Amino acid sequence: MAKKVALLQGNEACAYGALYAGCDFFGGYPITPSTEVAEVLAKELPKTGGKFIQMEDEIAAMASVLGAALTGSKALTASSGPGISLKQELIGYACIAEIPCVIVNVMRGGPSTGMPTGPSQSDIMQARWGTHGDHAAIAVAPASCQEIFSETVRAFNLAETYRMPVQVLLDEINGHMRERIELPEPGELEILNRQAPPVSPEQYLPFDPSFGDVPPLAAFGSEYRFHITGLNKAADGFPTTKARLVDAEERRQIRKVEANRDKIEKNEEYMVDDAEILIVAIGTISRSARHAVNELRKQGQKVGLFRPITLWPFPERRIAELAGQVKAIIVPEMNLGQMILEVERVTKGACDLHGIGRVDGEPISPSQIMDKVKEVC
Amino acid sequence: MAFDYDKYLRPGKLPHIWCPGCGHGIVFKGLLRAIDACELEKNRTAIVSGIGCASRLPGYVDFNTLHTAHGRAAAFATGIKMAQPDMNVLVVGGDGDGVAIGGNHFIHACRRNIDMTYVILNNFIYGMTGGQFSPCTPTGDKASTTPYGNPDPTFDISKLAIGAGATFVARTTAYHATQIDKLIAEGIRHKGMAIIEVLDDCPTTYGRRNKFRSVVDMMKRFKELAVPVAKAATMSKEELEGKIVTGILHREERPEYCEQYAEVVKRAQNL
Repeated sequence: MAKKVALLQGNEACAYGALYAGCDFFGGYPITPSTEVAEVLAKELPKTGGKFIQMEDEIAAMASVLGAALTGSKALTASSGPGISLKQELIGYACIAEIPCVIVNVMRGGPSTGMPTGPSQSDIMQARWGTHGDHAAIAVAPASCQEIFSETVRAFNLAETYRMPVQVLLDEINGHMRERIELPEPGELEILNRQAPPVSPEQYLPFDPSFGDVPPLAAFGSEYRFHITGLNKAADGFPTTKARLVDAEERRQIRKVEANRDKIEKNEEYMVDDAEILIVAIGTISRSARHAVNELRKQGQKVGLFRPITLWPFPERRIAELAGQVKAIIVPEMNLGQMILEVERVTKGACDLHGIGRVDGEPISPSQIMDKVKEVC
Repeated sequence: MAFDYDKYLRPGKLPHIWCPGCGHGIVFKGLLRAIDACELEKNRTAIVSGIGCASRLPGYVDFNTLHTAHGRAAAFATGIKMAQPDMNVLVVGGDGDGVAIGGNHFIHACRRNIDMTYVILNNFIYGMTGGQFSPCTPTGDKASTTPYGNPDPTFDISKLAIGAGATFVARTTAYHATQIDKLIAEGIRHKGMAIIEVLDDCPTTYGRRNKFRSVVDMMKRFKELAVPVAKAATMSKEELEGKIVTGILHREERPEYCEQYAEVVKRAQNL
């Protein structure tokens, strides 16, 4: 049977991906260049009995998502850099309280209001560290509209599996770009749903480590009554300042991602086997990089592309391996050097490292990358 | 027969954090009597708070309880109520939490007229952090950050709630212990946003800086200044200056938010 196809903008693909994943709650606040995510869901969610609410500000949008998620909803919010800055407070809340949810960040320039209609990848570090305190982070960075759809679905799965907020990083270009996408049939993509705790309400502890690093989350409104706080807490969910308990909880919350890197990480490697020069790029800029690789290969240059699809946790092991086999790594990114810091950290000087940064609201072109490769050779 | 508070308390969670003489315990008991009078089912009731002394209340009680971030309780509660309109949603918190850092969420929750009951314990001070002035500290009063007297004008929480669109607004004080549960119960039964402001004493960080020699003095002041709403209607503006008008200050019927959204769903599905 022929696949159902659609011509969708990246932001629209994100919204339809969320619906496919079973998203039944959206809490948002208008911000360019992310608004189409909210607009599609304002139209589509009521049709499926889902809830859409436009809140009074970015913080409230995040709060509503967390409130809904605690009742069992698959909840989503979408924003851009300045809005994510405001949401940071409650992203931290979602981390410590371990509330599954998905946060879309259609990146634009900054700091502050920056260039609302210009593309950027300057929230790479915000996605990792954007809230106070130690915490784990998962963020995905799809490149095409098709992948925005499927990675949004995966983001919901990761959120439910690891009981935490997951960010989907788009940018103004792939958020607004239109492409033909094949809409998956129901059942074609894996959908993971929260499971009720396998213990009775009397035995239930919301952070019970005996279930492993990801304790099951019950739903408010069910027979499992429990307490959630943003304070450091013990396994029973109630605040504690006991050093041993606080330490154990904090470490578990980091470990649940660190110990599952293999399951969370997802990368694409393109012509890396014999590559002497490796380009590491995400999202929109990985498309320029791929084009540059194709052109340079025609010219006989051994160039390859490594594309983290899961940006956080950063694919450190694989990049470190590749650094041992190439002469140089080039990191083009629409910021003045964020991802390159991570590449530098994991390659530890094993090969030369060069960045291409751009913050003028224009994408990094294939020719800009090709020039850099030639300069490095 | 004495009221059985224990059936709503989580075992092992008391003693509470509140100081001797703090009025929060009086409001706490009133809230539990109101919940009991309204026969709210534990599994289907959520109690949400922000940050501050009053916001520790949910941890003590056996419901679905959520101690959120500073000021954000109403916004979290909105998410719960939207997702589960059949649940009973209550919010508790203090004055600084509710109308300073949480002011935006407070007024918009009132505007939406979403069906929840918000009990705001107004003790005129940031108690947990040691007595800094709040938007509700009376002008001229002393706080740790107003050592020469508070230059700020004072928020009237109930007026703010009425102005923002809450459809049930009531006020009482910690002295009027038996009125607390009656007003909260009325608020719970009301369909729409109910704000119950309870003026409350903080002897530790407010009273001692403002020449109240004892908790009794603070309670006496509430007693002396309180004017029931019916009597207030007969008094002039000048006579009401400095008084605390108590009782149901405002009640109206207006479409509730979740019901309005249910209409949206119907329109979307009939397309």
